[in-house]
Amino acid sequence: MQPLTNKAQAVSRAPMTFWERLYLINIIKGMFITFSHMFKKQPTTRYPEEKRAFSPVFRGLHVLNRDEEGRERCTACGLCAVACPAEAITMEAAERETGEEHLYREEKYAAKYEINMLRCIFCGLCEEACPKDAIYLSETFAPANYTRKGFIYGKPDLLIPNPKTEASDLALARGVEA
Amino acid sequence: MSEQNLFKVTIDNISIEVPAGTTVLQAARLIGGQVAPPAMCFYSKLEGSGGKCRTCLVEVSKGSEKDPRPMPKLVASCRTTVMDGMEVKNITSEKVLDARAGVVEFLLLNHPLDCPICDQAGECHLQDLSFEHGKADTRYEFQRRTFKKHDLGKNIQLHMTRCILCYRCVFTADQLTNKRVHGILDRGDHAEIATHIEKSLDNEFIGNVIDVCPVGALTDKTFRFKNRVWFLKPMDAHRDCPTCSGRVTLWNRGDEVYRVTARKDQWGEIEDTPDGKPGWICNTCRFDKKETSDWTIEGPREISRQSVIAQGHYAGNIGTTKPNETFKAVNDGRAPHLLMDIHDESEVNQPNIHLGKIQGPSHGDTFNTNNTHKA
Repeated sequence: MQPLTNKAQAVSRAPMTFWERLYLINIIKGMFITFSHMFKKQPTTRYPEEKRAFSPVFRGLHVLNRDEEGRERCTACGLCAVACPAEAITMEAAERETGEEHLYREEKYAAKYEINMLRCIFCGLCEEACPKDAIYLSETFAPANYTRKGFIYGKPDLLIPNPKTEASDLALARGVEA
Repeated sequence: MSEQNLFKVTIDNISIEVPAGTTVLQAARLIGGQVAPPAMCFYSKLEGSGGKCRTCLVEVSKGSEKDPRPMPKLVASCRTTVMDGMEVKNITSEKVLDARAGVVEFLLLNHPLDCPICDQAGECHLQDLSFEHGKADTRYEFQRRTFKKHDLGKNIQLHMTRCILCYRCVFTADQLTNKRVHGILDRGDHAEIATHIEKSLDNEFIGNVIDVCPVGALTDKTFRFKNRVWFLKPMDAHRDCPTCSGRVTLWNRGDEVYRVTARKDQWGEIEDTPDGKPGWICNTCRFDKKETSDWTIEGPREISRQSVIAQGHYAGNIGTTKPNETFKAVNDGRAPHLLMDIHDESEVNQPNIHLGKIQGPSHGDTFNTNNTHKA
């Protein structure tokens, strides 16, 4: 086949000379490359002390949203669960009773809402599928652990603080994120 | 004589011979596929239905062999009978597609967009219709109409705001029960399905209004908010019922029966039983037999691949046989060393909460974990 670039070089099979067998020149060349990196910009960050900024499209841990009045937006319509390619989302729906209007925005709500973070691939399709602006992927990681327990995130883990009653918590959460 | 009565009709350039008296819609359904116009109010098993929703409008480009003039306006195919040599345009006609988009827009004027809450979502004909034939936007700027809520008894939930006034449930009550207690009250914008005054529907066959309703206006109260239809496992089942055919579709989660409906064919209508009668089912089968042991399961129901309900891919012998636990077999008979029971961690689908057996929708206290089910 015709070479496509001029980078291909024929391998020389000739026996090495004395100087080549000493490897001295090549060792000095290599040391020079290593040494020159001390003056280049470091690509690593010293993680816990120093944090890299997330890209604006970063998809991290999920949050369940509330509206301005602090009512849960999720109506357990199941579109996130059906959109989820990893089948990580499950939920149980319940009917809102009289007197619960300040808790839930719609007639139906998610009594239980769980995301299995072991299954989740953080693709963001749930966020895209949600017709009620209820689920968002935030700029946080799911913390690591040694066991698989505790990776099923329920509503207490996912819901954002209530803007009416826990306004300071919400501001704190937003401030840390920003 | 019988040959004389066969009329040749051409729909979207496909010819078919049908007996005289067949409607254009029925002839198109015999051809099948996209040629069949959508229908919201016409129901072939209900006498007198059709002619109200105008979604099945078609263009007749040639009236008949003897009188080849085209019909001046689009006609409702469910109410127009075929003539010999008739030529009909459905999806090949620009006029029809435009008119249908207009009809969908009108049907959606007052229809609330509460599909995330509605139990019919996933098997709703209006959802399919607006997806296939509608436009993305509405030009309506006013408040949608609302109604005073009526209670239709312990089994049937009425959401009048979702109704498109197709009259199917009225025909069902007329033709299946001996005394109809619900109907359309008032006129125009105020027209609504109701009983006079505040009666509950409890005829033994009145539950079929749930199956004929093309939208989520009449839904099953015993299934209300239990689960989305596409997460359930549809299975054909039958039981020896003294009042009805007893041939149903069970909608299960695991072994729990969440909902019982009649079997529906590709047009969303009740399937015929082997003896040729429509397979209406009685209220006992529909609302009271919520145990798997009440039924003989035939196997998973075949669901159209295009439907969201098919997302669970239930096929083969699911429902009739249990899968074997394979771990021990592949691990030289040893039990797994570490095993996490999902129910220790997850609060969804708890084995001690039997949603199928709760009469109405579940509430917050249903899922309190130390609580067993409330019958």
